[in-house]
Amino acid sequence: MADRSLRGRVAVVGVGETRYFRHGQATDPEFLLCLKAILAACADAGIDPVDIDGFASYSNDRNDPPTLATALGCKELRFSNMQWGGGGGGGAGAMANAAAAVATGLADCVVVYRALAQGQFGRFGQGPQSRTVSGDLALTVPYGQMSPAQWYAPKVTRFMHEHGIGQEALRAIALASYHHAQSNPRAVMYGRPLTEAGYDESRWITEPFHLYDCCQENDGAAALILVPAERARDFRQTPAYVLGAAIGAGYRVHSTPAGFATPDLASSHFQTLAPRLYEMAGVAPADVDVVQCYENFTGGVLMALVEHGFFAADEAMDFLTLDNLTAPSGRLPLNTSGGNLAECYMHGLELQIEATRQLRGQSTAQVPGAEVSLAVAGPMVTPVSTIILGSEATL
Amino acid sequence: MTQAYLPPGLPTPVPERNGLSAPYWQGLRDGVLKVQRNPRTGVFQWPPQWIAHDDQGFELDWVEVAPRGVIYSWTRVWHPVHPALQGACPYIVVVAELPQAGNVRMLGNLLGDPRQDVPIGAEVEAVFEHHEDAQPPYTLAQWRRV
Repeated sequence: MADRSLRGRVAVVGVGETRYFRHGQATDPEFLLCLKAILAACADAGIDPVDIDGFASYSNDRNDPPTLATALGCKELRFSNMQWGGGGGGGAGAMANAAAAVATGLADCVVVYRALAQGQFGRFGQGPQSRTVSGDLALTVPYGQMSPAQWYAPKVTRFMHEHGIGQEALRAIALASYHHAQSNPRAVMYGRPLTEAGYDESRWITEPFHLYDCCQENDGAAALILVPAERARDFRQTPAYVLGAAIGAGYRVHSTPAGFATPDLASSHFQTLAPRLYEMAGVAPADVDVVQCYENFTGGVLMALVEHGFFAADEAMDFLTLDNLTAPSGRLPLNTSGGNLAECYMHGLELQIEATRQLRGQSTAQVPGAEVSLAVAGPMVTPVSTIILGSEATL
Repeated sequence: MTQAYLPPGLPTPVPERNGLSAPYWQGLRDGVLKVQRNPRTGVFQWPPQWIAHDDQGFELDWVEVAPRGVIYSWTRVWHPVHPALQGACPYIVVVAELPQAGNVRMLGNLLGDPRQDVPIGAEVEAVFEHHEDAQPPYTLAQWRRV
C-alpha cells in the first residue's frame, strides 16, 4: 500500500493578501479582492496565474473555482474543492485538501483562498433578522442566544470552571496578538497597542469574553499556493513543506447553534485530531517552534493549546503569560502576525500565511530559526482542523 | 400569561415545515417538557433528530420529562446583536442539564436578577413562558433556581 501520509510531499511556495480593512471599508468587491490575493500569491512564488489548476476554500466562500479559473485564464481546472462545514474551522482543512490533491496527482498547482467583504455581504456577529426561526435556531434565538460569541461562551465558561482558569489566561492570549501586531504594518491594529488595563476595562461582550477576547470582522482576501515537493525549489521563495494535517471532531459534536448539546461541551474539539496530526507530521508538541491559533474567541485558543498538548489544562494559569507567548524568545510564540484579533480576521487564512512566513524567516515577529510551524483553524467550530508545516531541514 | 424575560421583537420560533420538532413546541404550549427517546434502548436525545444516534432506528418516542435540571454552563450577554435586545442587556443564558432525561441539555434564560451569581451545578426548574400575542403563539421553557 502506498504511503498514506502527506508528510514532505507538498510545499507552500506562494502567499499573498490584499490590504486588510476594517469591516465594510474595502472599496473593491469581494471577487476582485479574491483575484488580487491570488495574484499576489502568484507573484510571491513567481508562478504564472494561468498555471493554477486547482482551487480550495472553506466556509462557503462565495467565489467559486470555475468563475475564478475562467476569470484568470487558467489553462485547465483540475481540482475544485470546498471544505464542508466548520466556518473558520476549515482553514487548515482547505490547506489539507489542497495538499491531498497535489500529493495524489489530482492537480499540480492549487491555490487555497478566502475572501470576505462584510460590507458587501453582511457581518457574522449579528443575529438573524427573520420574523420566524425553526430547527436548532428556534432552540437558541428566542433566548437571545444568536451570535458566535454567545454560542461559544458556555463552552469556555465550563472549561474555565473545570480547571480553575481565570480571566488572566484569556487576557494573555489577547495581549500576545496585539503585541505582535505592533510590528506588523499589515495589521489593522498596527499602532493600536493593548495594555492589561485596557483589556480589563474593556466592556463585556458576553461573559467570559471582553471586547478584546473577540475577533475583528474585516474585509480583504488571502491566498496560498501549493505544489508538489519535488517542484518546490523551482520557485522564488524558501518552501514550507506540509508535514501533517488533521480535520474533524470527536463524538457527536453538534454544529452551531446546537452546540450546547455536545456531550463534551468544554472542548475546542481537537482531542481526536491532535494525535493523528503529530503522528503524520512525525513531530511532538515540544518540537513546535511557533503556533498560530485561530482566535474566534480567546477561550477557544486556550482549549486548543491544551488539546494540542502544549500544556495541561491545570497549568494554563502558569503557562499563559505574555512573556511565554511572544516572539522571539517566549516558550510558545503565538499569533505572531497579530492573528484574527489584531492583524486581520481573514477567517484565519492569514494564520496559514504567517505559519509559512515564519519558516521563510519573513515574519515581522520572527522566531529565530523556526523549523516547525503549527497553525490551528477555528477551535470549537466543527469540523476543526490543524496543519503542521516544516522547513526543508525537517524532511 | 407570564411576564416574558426578554422584550418582544425577537424571531418567533415555529416548527419546521416537516414537523420534526412539533411535539416539543406543542408540549410547551401544554405546559410539559418533551424530548425524544429511543423506544428500543431508552436513550434520550436532544435536539430532535430523524434517527436514533445509538442504534440508527427511525422510530423515536416523544416522552414527557421532569422539568428539572442543573446548570451545566452559562453566559451573561452584555452586547445586543439584535434590535429587539437594545436596552435588554445584561441577560443570562444557561445550559441546563436534565439528570432525569439522560443528561440531555437545553438552553434557556435564567429568570431573576440578571446580575445574579450563576453557580454551575445549581438546581433549576423549568418555567413555561407563554407568548400569546405572537403570531403564531408559542411557549418557551425558561429556568429558575430552586
